[in-house]
Amino acid sequence: MFVTALSMHFAEPLPLRSGASIRAYDLRYETYGTLNAQRSNAVLVLHALNASHHLAGLYEGQQKSDGWWDNMIGPGKPLDTDRFFVIGINNLGSCFGSTGPMHINPDTGRVYGADFPVVTVEDWVDAQARLLDNMQIQTLAAVMGGSLGGMQALSWSLQYPQRVRHALVIASAPNLTAENIAFNEVARRAIVTDPDFRGGRFYAEDDQAETKPKRGLRIARMIGHITYLSDDVMNEKFGRALRDALAPESGAKPVGTDHAADYRYTTQDVEFQIESYLRYQGDKFAEYFDANTYLLITRALDYFDPARDFAADLSRALQRATARFLLVSFTTDWRFAPARSREIVKALLDNGRDVSYAEIDAPHGHDAFLLDDPRYTNLIRSYFDRIATSLVKGGTSHE
Amino acid sequence: MSDQATMEAVARLVPTGARVLDLGCGDGALLSLLQQTRGCSGYGIEIDDANVLACVRRGVNVIQLNLDEGLAIFDDASFDVVLHIDTLQHLRNTEVVLQETARVGRIGVVAFPNFAHWPNRLSILRGRMPVTRRLPYQWYDTPNIRVGTFADFEVLALRNGLRIQDSFGLHDGHTVRTMPNLMAGTAVFKFSR
Repeated sequence: MFVTALSMHFAEPLPLRSGASIRAYDLRYETYGTLNAQRSNAVLVLHALNASHHLAGLYEGQQKSDGWWDNMIGPGKPLDTDRFFVIGINNLGSCFGSTGPMHINPDTGRVYGADFPVVTVEDWVDAQARLLDNMQIQTLAAVMGGSLGGMQALSWSLQYPQRVRHALVIASAPNLTAENIAFNEVARRAIVTDPDFRGGRFYAEDDQAETKPKRGLRIARMIGHITYLSDDVMNEKFGRALRDALAPESGAKPVGTDHAADYRYTTQDVEFQIESYLRYQGDKFAEYFDANTYLLITRALDYFDPARDFAADLSRALQRATARFLLVSFTTDWRFAPARSREIVKALLDNGRDVSYAEIDAPHGHDAFLLDDPRYTNLIRSYFDRIATSLVKGGTSHE
Repeated sequence: MSDQATMEAVARLVPTGARVLDLGCGDGALLSLLQQTRGCSGYGIEIDDANVLACVRRGVNVIQLNLDEGLAIFDDASFDVVLHIDTLQHLRNTEVVLQETARVGRIGVVAFPNFAHWPNRLSILRGRMPVTRRLPYQWYDTPNIRVGTFADFEVLALRNGLRIQDSFGLHDGHTVRTMPNLMAGTAVFKFSR
């Protein structure tokens, strides 16, 4: 499935939760499948920290350009684009084509840099809603997202309850715990204290060359990566294996202990395979990701807390949500632990809402939401099957 | 025990339009029946992945939870009816879950295999644990870790201050009201706090 990214310009300023606004902006997005005549089969899929509008399919002529949720979305896949019209939108402040800190601020004529306004999950949802307005899509058959994407799905059900029939909230949470904010803060400090960050004004500008704060981005990514995996999976994948025991090209796993590749007694070189893996992931990430975007998106995570306006009472906060919900968590996910999903489930139960909840006993930690586990993918497939059936039967109305 | 006649016998105990919590709801067949024929709404609780999937396929709300961890996720008296159909005998914390049932539901309905059914008694008299259609397992591989009788449940209910509103046996889909402790393979109780 070849896809093409599209852009939509918005001339109307977007008011933000912070009180600031973005005067004019573009959103990069992609669509898959066909919108039906009743305009009732649209599914909006929200991205998390480092992903984009490119959910599925390939860009023609570009190998390895698979969308980040290609295993989940496409023709005949759990979210079947033969039946649903699927939309992916790159969020404001991100670095994959929508207006972000690397673009020109129309108010100053200079690159935004660190001046890009702080955006929240709610702001993103408002921006997404405008894009749907322009596409003349009033009601979504479903919103779906994992992690930070799940927060946006939840927020959709609160900000635009009448526009959402189903919300699929996967490996997510009603807000971040102190530990989670702490991880984000370490990542941000790594970036901000990189001398190449230069207060966020590291882009090529005037007579100044670009200086990407890659050291900070690498460390931010390494920390993130550790928290997305489980201890078990990391041990199984890397254990205490030494770097030299692995031939990188073959990808072969070391068997037994080969003392030819013994300790080198070095403090600064890569010794263990896990180090090599993290450095590789960090290097790759620092090449394509924007440092200001990392700060903005982690902050959006930190700020999200729909219960905050309700004296921390999530049940009251979720009173507005009328969508039907499917929540999924993974037992080994310690970044967005099952207990956090259960809080959302409880709040929905307290309001008597339609909700199903699955706790998948997968070993892969937070990353599990992006992987193929038949218990998980079959569940999503079945849930969308039901939605598709109800569309045929009931048109756009709530069943 | 998910045969149609039994499900219908249990369904008759559930008021029309009730909010139902079905503990150990299996593939969601009973909840689906209650939704379709009695206008009920509610949720099933299941621990098994395959059953959770089956419920989603049927369009039945299902929450994946281990009942032995209690029902803390549910508020007091948040359901009209809490169902325990062939669930109780699999639980480690049977009594706690029964108390929790009474806490979250105005009415509880419990059905479980009656160990005092006469074929079981005969088997024990012969010196062997019963293996029947209702209790098809060998003693060493049975998932029924709690074996109790119709009469035993009356004692447990009393002990926990539960008021039995109705009780009867079920056998081959028929209601047994005469000597159910002897004559029925399944014990059914409807109770309130």
